[in-house]
Amino acid sequence: MSRLYEVMFIVRPDAADEDVDKLIAGFTTSVTNGGGVVKNVEKMGRRKLAYLVRKFSDGNYILLTLEAGGAVVQELERRLRVSEPVIKFITVRMDEEEKRLAKLKALRATRRKVSAETPAHAPAAEASEAVSASA
Amino acid sequence: MSDETVKAPEASAPAPGPAAGGPGGSGGSGGSGRPGGRPGGPGGPGGRGKFFRRKKVCKFCTEKIDAIPYRDVRLLQGFVAERGKIVPRRLTGVCTTHQRRLTRAIKQARNIALLPFATKH
Repeated sequence: MSRLYEVMFIVRPDAADEDVDKLIAGFTTSVTNGGGVVKNVEKMGRRKLAYLVRKFSDGNYILLTLEAGGAVVQELERRLRVSEPVIKFITVRMDEEEKRLAKLKALRATRRKVSAETPAHAPAAEASEAVSASA
Repeated sequence: MSDETVKAPEASAPAPGPAAGGPGGSGGSGGSGRPGGRPGGPGGPGGRGKFFRRKKVCKFCTEKIDAIPYRDVRLLQGFVAERGKIVPRRLTGVCTTHQRRLTRAIKQARNIALLPFATKH
C-alpha cells in the first residue's frame, strides 16, 4: 500500500553542487530499491535559516515527493539522519490531505455542473451552497 | 418574535422563492459562519469592557484556500507575531478548523527552520 510523503531536508551550504546531486541520487536509488516511486525532486535553493542549525545560518533546501511504503521511508530517514551534509529533515505524510482535497474538488465540480446545467434550479443550488458553507 | 412571524408570510407572499431563501440563508450563515464574533463579544466586555469588535471573516474560508502547506512561508508569516508567536484566532478572525491546520503548518515550518521558534528584540 503506497502512501504519499513529502521529505524536505536541508543540506549544509558549504557542500558542493555535485555532492548535493550525488546525495539526492543516493536517496532516490534507495527509495526505488525499496519499491517506492520518486514523484518529484525540487531544489528550493539556498535560503537563510530562521535560526542557527549546527552553527550554519543558511542552507540548501531540497524537497522530495515520493510514493512509498512506510519501511522505505524509515530507511530513507535513517540515511538522512546518518548522512553528514544533511543538517535537518522533516517527513510529512500527504496522502490523507490529498484525499481530502480531491474530495473537495470533486464536490465543487459536481456542484458547479449542477448549477450550470439547470439555471432554473439556481436558487436551490445557492441555498444548498449556503447551508453546506455554513455547516 | 410574533410580529416577525406574522409579517414574514405577508412579505414572502408577493415575492416568493429568492426572498424566502434570502433572509433564511443570510440568517443561517450569519449565525454559524462567524463563531469568532460570538465568543469575542461576551469574552471581551467581560474582561476588559471593550466594545464588541466588528466581525472578522476567516481569510481561508472566503478565499477558499483548502490546504495550508508548511512551505508557504509568506502565507504563514501573516499569522505569526513579531516575536514568532502564533497569533490567536480572536485577533485574526480565522475559523477553528483553519486555525488548527495553520498551527500545524507553523509548527512544521518551525521544525524545518523556515520560521523561527522565538526571536529576541
